[in-house]
Amino acid sequence: MNLDRELTWLISGVVAILIIASVLTRILKKRARSEGARATMDNVLSRTRAWWGMVAVFTLAILIGQTGTIILFGLLSFMALREFITLTPTRPGDHRTLFWVFFIITPLHYWYLQDGWYGMFCIFIPVYAFLFVPMRSALAGDCERFLERTAKIQWGLLICVYCVSHAPALLMLDLKDYAGQNAKLLFWFVIIVEISDVLQYVWGKTCGKHKIAPSVSPNKTWEGLLCGGLCTVGIGAASWQVTPYSPLQAAGMSALIVLTGFLGGLVMSAIKRDRGVKDWGHAIAGHGGVMDRLDSLCFAAPVVFHITRYGFDSHVLLQRF
Amino acid sequence: MISGLIAGSLRMATGALARWHGCGPELRQRIYFANHTSNLDGPLLWASLPAPLRMRTRMVAAHDYWSVGRLRPWLAQSVFRAVLIERKKPTAECNPLDTMLQALGDDHSLIIFPEGGRQTSPDPQPFKAGLFHLAKRRPEVELVPVWMENLNRILPKGEFLPAPLLGSLVFGTPIRLEAGETKVDFLERARQSVICLRETTCS
Repeated sequence: MNLDRELTWLISGVVAILIIASVLTRILKKRARSEGARATMDNVLSRTRAWWGMVAVFTLAILIGQTGTIILFGLLSFMALREFITLTPTRPGDHRTLFWVFFIITPLHYWYLQDGWYGMFCIFIPVYAFLFVPMRSALAGDCERFLERTAKIQWGLLICVYCVSHAPALLMLDLKDYAGQNAKLLFWFVIIVEISDVLQYVWGKTCGKHKIAPSVSPNKTWEGLLCGGLCTVGIGAASWQVTPYSPLQAAGMSALIVLTGFLGGLVMSAIKRDRGVKDWGHAIAGHGGVMDRLDSLCFAAPVVFHITRYGFDSHVLLQRF
Repeated sequence: MISGLIAGSLRMATGALARWHGCGPELRQRIYFANHTSNLDGPLLWASLPAPLRMRTRMVAAHDYWSVGRLRPWLAQSVFRAVLIERKKPTAECNPLDTMLQALGDDHSLIIFPEGGRQTSPDPQPFKAGLFHLAKRRPEVELVPVWMENLNRILPKGEFLPAPLLGSLVFGTPIRLEAGETKVDFLERARQSVICLRETTCS
């Protein structure tokens, strides 16, 4: 990947935000009076620290290029799926199916992406893995809760592998007047997804009152969604130059990311709540598991990918005429 | 160094989270006893201990399993420094209890699986008497119950390919043999002290 001016701006922007966040949380922590406020600031502090690590890893992968990025997302899928299946009660009869899912299907799916084989990338998991999983489990001969177990494994594959992989799939597109710059789009997309999460959290903590779905996630409020969402759309529109979109399109795409990300977070919270846990795992200090950071991305990535492909990919545009 | 590497990769491969609920990782003589569902149990419990403790803790394992082939004996001797016992036909010359007492010595700790073998049932099976005899002969050694979660899903009995799920272990409050407590009562209490740790893994 060539490090052009806009990518440099993006990276420096993120680093600047992190520096401000680190300084601000330290000041706020010193000024915190109550025990609860101090605990919150401690959590924010360890979250910020983890953000430094995540930004470093992601930036490094982007700079290495397409292969580095695809490997990074492949590993993230693997870790997310691992958290997902751990919380899902499977039975001994699923053991060999799970081996296939983790060590054959997941790498193969990412290999199709690396290979640029779009058709196979699209149907491999929803069709062939979908059929393979129950076939392999049936061979193992355990009928108890068969449909439920199979559905859980298929769902895990779709969310953690198929959906997540649509983020690095942005690199595959042949965008009009944007050749060789797709890494910037991916960088922009991930930043908007995560900024939307963070801003909704911050606005919700500071002035959140009206809960949206208290039985699913008590932290999600209308104030958080609207104020955090508006700020995110503003940031997304202001940084339109790094994307293939116009300012208005960038704003629309950011709004879509906010909405799908929010609803995705809600869906994944419902699953956690049903399983009686607060976090998906413990891989990232302060944040919980990998899935706790990827939940919004899972739902936003396919939507953004397909709209970009149908609206901006030169091959698709040509076919239409 | 190799043993540190192996311990690290074991923790990474199983994504294991060790939680010290009823006691801390202290450097003192202990017998860790746990439920047994997978061949990974012993190595992972060993690997989850902080390095200074790990150096002085030896797992008790079956001679018939760990002396097969070339890799297993090397792992058992050079890495885990396992205490291999004869579980099929104990004789007067090679009584497992004597071997374990000898391995415990003055400053070592042990890892034992009192069910005797790997189980596939959801609850641990009744404990074998070894734990009771150890407690009787060495009353000053702390007996720490450990619950091992999900290891049977990572590498179940009878499988050789793993599924990379996340395991976890919980260390409970140490128990000891009460005055006048019978063997049956003690073994059942020890078993319950392991089972009740399972509840804490879900929270």
